[in-house]
Amino acid sequence: MNEYTYPILFGILVGTALRLFMLRTDYRQYPTYLHGKIIHLSLGFIAAALGTIAIPSIMEKEFTAVTFLTLAASQFREVRNMERNTLTEMDGYELVPRGNTYIEGIAVAFESRNYLVIFTSFLVTLCYLTFNIWAAIGAGVVCFIISNFLMSGSKLSDIVTVEHSQISFDGAGLYVDNIYIMNIGLPERQKEVMEYGMGFILTPKDFSVRSTIANLGQRQAILHDVSVTLGVFRDSGTPALVPLIKRDLNDGRIGVFILPQVKDPKRAKEIIEHVPVLENAIQMPTKK
Amino acid sequence: MKMEKAILASVTTQEGKVHGSAAVFKCETKEEMEAIAANLEAILDGIAHALSDQLYIIVKH
Repeated sequence: MNEYTYPILFGILVGTALRLFMLRTDYRQYPTYLHGKIIHLSLGFIAAALGTIAIPSIMEKEFTAVTFLTLAASQFREVRNMERNTLTEMDGYELVPRGNTYIEGIAVAFESRNYLVIFTSFLVTLCYLTFNIWAAIGAGVVCFIISNFLMSGSKLSDIVTVEHSQISFDGAGLYVDNIYIMNIGLPERQKEVMEYGMGFILTPKDFSVRSTIANLGQRQAILHDVSVTLGVFRDSGTPALVPLIKRDLNDGRIGVFILPQVKDPKRAKEIIEHVPVLENAIQMPTKK
Repeated sequence: MKMEKAILASVTTQEGKVHGSAAVFKCETKEEMEAIAANLEAILDGIAHALSDQLYIIVKH
């Protein structure tokens, strides 16, 4: 036991707790299982330890010790690769895949959360050693609030208006409102589509948003989220029953065609509104 | 080479309307055409698209 024991323990504890707080399993269902959680908790623990130990090292004038933070950076880049590979492997077996843009977004989030843990532990230990434990607790609370804010990106309802719309057939062509979706030839399939299908129109709120919702990865994320939450009327060997999103070239609206197992338009609208806007899909053509 | 889209088969009631390398199924009635297209859709894992009332194509997407 020395003067650094409690600050280090406290820093590690707060950092690991923050990682646990950010490791919520929700409808995205990842990481679902105990083993996945253990991997991320352990990495969070390592991140917390690295952030914490930097402060006593500086105070003891062991400046070279700080260089192993660079080691941490390469380590956590590896986390991103690991997540990307796992999710891409799994994606091939999904009835409605996540898509690469969504996967990349998730992988980036996993990496960045470890950095948030490092910063938190760093700050908390610094406050403990410079002031006292109360200042450290205060810094910890602020870090939790900031992390919570950074974790929640924008939702689709911030950038588009979602409206339920009727689906219809013109010959073999399937339409959501006036947006052409696909050609379904067999009358039997058309009947299934009319029975189970639902249509939504997403209207962009301003010009910049048009290219964001036109992004194919963003569209796939909408389909995946709806299918995960409401189920999907589809199986391997029925390629005609596929949820799709097409775009109206004239005004940038998109027509969402989904085949949920639970046909509840109000719930589906809520789900579409809560789909995250993917970082990689965001474009700002109006910003100079 | 990986093909993105390909016509796997055509099903038609009109003699002489379709030619080419993909398999062509000639049917007597519209009902027969629909039944064959539905079966082919399941077997070939493709989608039956209607180009006209007399012609279906099975396309792999």
